[in-house]
Amino acid sequence: MSSAEKNIPEGPAGGTADAGGPPAALFVFTWLWVGVPMAYGLYELILKAVQLFTGG
Amino acid sequence: MAPGFLDRSRTVAPPGWSRWLIPPAALSVHLSIGQAYAWSVFKPPLESSLGLSGTASALPFQLGIVMLGLSAAFGGTLVERNGPRWAMTVSLLCFCSGFLLAALGAAVEQYWLVVFGYGFVGGVGLGIGYISPVSTLIKWFPDRPGMATGIAIMGFGGGALIASPWSAQMLESFGSDNGGVAAAFLVHGLVYTVFMALGVLLVRVPAEGWKPPAGKKPQEQQAQKPLVTTADVSARNAVRTPQFWCLWVVLCMNVTAGIGILEKAAPMIGDFFADTSTPVSASAAAGFVALLSLANMGGRFLWSTTSDVIGRKNMYRCYLGVGALMYLGIVLLGDSSKPLFIVCALVIISFYGGGFATVPAYLKDLFGTYEVGAIHGRLLTAWSTAGVLGPLIVNWVADSQEAAGRSGPGLYALALSIMIGLLAVGFVANELIRPVDPKYHVPAPAATAAQTAQTAEAMERAGQDGGAESKEETGR
Repeated sequence: MSSAEKNIPEGPAGGTADAGGPPAALFVFTWLWVGVPMAYGLYELILKAVQLFTGG
Repeated sequence: MAPGFLDRSRTVAPPGWSRWLIPPAALSVHLSIGQAYAWSVFKPPLESSLGLSGTASALPFQLGIVMLGLSAAFGGTLVERNGPRWAMTVSLLCFCSGFLLAALGAAVEQYWLVVFGYGFVGGVGLGIGYISPVSTLIKWFPDRPGMATGIAIMGFGGGALIASPWSAQMLESFGSDNGGVAAAFLVHGLVYTVFMALGVLLVRVPAEGWKPPAGKKPQEQQAQKPLVTTADVSARNAVRTPQFWCLWVVLCMNVTAGIGILEKAAPMIGDFFADTSTPVSASAAAGFVALLSLANMGGRFLWSTTSDVIGRKNMYRCYLGVGALMYLGIVLLGDSSKPLFIVCALVIISFYGGGFATVPAYLKDLFGTYEVGAIHGRLLTAWSTAGVLGPLIVNWVADSQEAAGRSGPGLYALALSIMIGLLAVGFVANELIRPVDPKYHVPAPAATAAQTAQTAEAMERAGQDGGAESKEETGR
């Protein structure tokens, strides 16, 4: 998401500014919810992949 | 849970709702159901604790994949009609209760219950969950449908990366007897219930008339993309078009070629370099497989996003044409250079993943957004077919070559050449894809009437529920 897009309100027919949009904390929480497990999976995968270059 | 909570009309986004909350909703489902590819972690403990053969212990996974294809194909229309929250809930209930049934089966040593739970019930959850966010993401990101579906479908690849080490650690803690397996299944069912619930709670469909932010043009408004339609085709009509079947062949060939190398990756790299000065050890082969998983996942996002820029047809020309050249590189030069072999294999597998992730956007280009989820579900039967074809071809040919006295790269040359031929067939099928004949389009008045009925239903329900909420739900 570009920084410009973050500031653009979204809504019906192009959107009008609306104070009732989701709070920033919800963004952080939801992306962390899925991001942390993915980071764990990637970390474990990289540990295995390193063996390709060190394991002979 | 409030009555009607799952109803499509209750998921209409209020003004100001950000579309960037939809990808994590989709990911919470896809990262969970992607666990299916980590089933092999459970095979050895099941075999030892329940006295099963390798074929028997693979059955829950195989049934799960079959059910994925069938439930996506037959449930697609229901998903489209009832909306993403309903679909994600059905997926959650089936996928997680499948684990709970499997836990019971392992605990009481009734293997059929493991097969029924994980394979049949859980498999329905896989299929419905796989297609549940697709049309919603496409509607929220008309300017970047490839990127949006790429994020979700990347999650399906990422799910196994999380589940594989997590499940292995759990079995280490609980033990590998039937009680340990049952406990691991139970924890999986409970944790995935909580994890997927985020998607159920968070998912929203855009209000009627919603447009992407200023400056972001819907894709159909972008110039020079003749395959991108502004019309809509129903799922029923889509399967009557040559475009659907050409795309079916394209997906089937691309997946067959990818699965062929994916399924034999570890023994293949070992055999290729067995007689060279740089043989590959078992741990290095495991590292190669891990690297392929990364390429599979990364390709889903990278290439699908690229397709938003260069167009879907061009992207598939790369998957199929460049993919064939990569296979040719392995056949002709593969055993002369390990880096070359690895790079070619990584590109092939990234194209395999990319093919899965780009296909929903290709369908949206050809058939519109009207029933794209249902059409996608029907197209996934190509995946089921390829899942049988790919391993069958590679294993059968490799076995017959071994019987003929060949070894090393010679075991795979013929199979890889067959893959090049299949990719060529897919390339031709892709070239045959043209815009859909207008006779298949949904008449505009009918589409408008359907939308009006949906809006009226939403307004009526909102009116019953009361003031403030009603304004949010209808986006008015």
